[in-house]
Amino acid sequence: MTNPFEGMPKPLPAATETSAPFWAGLREGEVRLQRCERCGRWIFYPRSNCPGCLSNALGWHTVSGRGVLHTFTVAHQPTNPLFADETPQQLAIVELEEGVHVPSTLVDVEPDAIVIGMPLEPVFEPTEGGEGTLLRFRPAASGESR
Amino acid sequence: MGLRGEAAIVGVADWKPERKFSGRPAPMLEQWAELARLALEDAGIAADEVDGLVTPMISESSGFVPATVAEYLGLEVNLAEKVDLGGANAVGMVWRAASAIELGLCTVVLCAIPARPTPRDPRPGRPFDDRYIYGASSNSHGSPQAEFEIPYGHLAQNAGYSMIAQRYRSVYGYDERAMAKIAVDQRTNACAHPDAVFHGQPITADDVLASRMIADPLHLLEIVMPVAGGHALVVARTDRSSAPAHRPVVVAGCGERLTVKSPANARDLLETPVGVASELAFSMAGASRDEIDVACVYDCYSITALLTLEDAGFCKKGQGLDFVRDHDLTWEGDFPMNTHGGQLSYGQAGGAGGMSQVNEAVHQLRHEAGARQVQNCETAYVSGTGGVMSEQSALILRGG
Repeated sequence: MTNPFEGMPKPLPAATETSAPFWAGLREGEVRLQRCERCGRWIFYPRSNCPGCLSNALGWHTVSGRGVLHTFTVAHQPTNPLFADETPQQLAIVELEEGVHVPSTLVDVEPDAIVIGMPLEPVFEPTEGGEGTLLRFRPAASGESR
Repeated sequence: MGLRGEAAIVGVADWKPERKFSGRPAPMLEQWAELARLALEDAGIAADEVDGLVTPMISESSGFVPATVAEYLGLEVNLAEKVDLGGANAVGMVWRAASAIELGLCTVVLCAIPARPTPRDPRPGRPFDDRYIYGASSNSHGSPQAEFEIPYGHLAQNAGYSMIAQRYRSVYGYDERAMAKIAVDQRTNACAHPDAVFHGQPITADDVLASRMIADPLHLLEIVMPVAGGHALVVARTDRSSAPAHRPVVVAGCGERLTVKSPANARDLLETPVGVASELAFSMAGASRDEIDVACVYDCYSITALLTLEDAGFCKKGQGLDFVRDHDLTWEGDFPMNTHGGQLSYGQAGGAGGMSQVNEAVHQLRHEAGARQVQNCETAYVSGTGGVMSEQSALILRGG
């Protein structure tokens, strides 16, 4: 049986009309989040309607992209064959200053140094081919942490 | 309000789980039909009495699944449901069937989850199904998983459950030997069940902790063993005219809860939906936690069982590891849990894994569990969990 993963490119995000400002922000080195103009809730991932009150009046705001590590795992067995080159994967859920949770990975840190609650800052990583940008995180530079 | 105890599980079928499938791959429709035959035979009910069915997704159809199943089996039904709750399917099927029966829509409902290998499509050039590549995450355009998780490698179940366990460790503290004991006690149970895949292979906490670290902090032996298999059950009105073939197992209470698909979007990773689902089930049944003679707790991972013990109210939040340390979870212990070995040691037949838990409760309440029989077993708790603590459901079952 042929291996369906063989020669398959890594899956990359494809923006929708709703999410496009988020990805455009990453390309420009900025993290942009939606905020509900009715109830004030910060929103991630981008949506058409607020997941708190279903209002469709949502505004885009540029934020610091800084946050803390909410939780993580170091995956020694790849979560999918397409990510075998990244093992051990340092998978994380990051809580941004605005309170939203963002799934991502940690870079520039050794597995043993990862601690829940550690301050993090964004890393804007161009995807292969340079067409898009992924949002990864690394430990915040000292002196800049909250 | 709630179920009145007019519906009962009256027949079950369990295909012996196999790590290496010994049979011939067959379409899920064929598996469905064969499991239905076995469950009806166990119930002593003829096929033409069936007037309801509940099915999961099947490989052969992306839509119109209940009609396809009814047609293949030659059933004429008044209840035709497809459930899409992952590992919570089995529990979800039982209460949907019981509810429809109590509403008077139908009298005999078949529920089956086939999970043996299916044949390869011999036609050339057929692309692989995205489900084969991405599993429980959707890579379809516009899917939040495709856009915000898959590109980062946030895929499949191991990582999600491990991130929950890490959070638990950070908030409540962690005793890896107590976590390991969940797997150890269930393995003891599997050693009393001849059909369990790990029958005859007892383990110790040291074995669990020495097994390969898959995603920190979860070791290989804290993660289910995938097997080929399948389960089915029949839910029927308790006042049917013909005498039941076995002690009926009454569906006394049920509950269900879901909030998010992915752990990153959970409001609190450690307050799992099974709490609300279980409270609904206990209060509907008028049952207390102390009444439970056997707990069939969905256990795709050790952490799943731990959080369910807490959120279902068997112990306080954050005290699950103390509870596990203080209780003997084996079939002869003071808190018999997953007496068939659980999915960790009986085996997880894909989406059918959760039905092994429902059916084990039935075997225990019928007092036919052989070497692993819990004495005076009258009331059972069953939970189901889909995704990463996403879709969750609960049942209280009573011997009729």
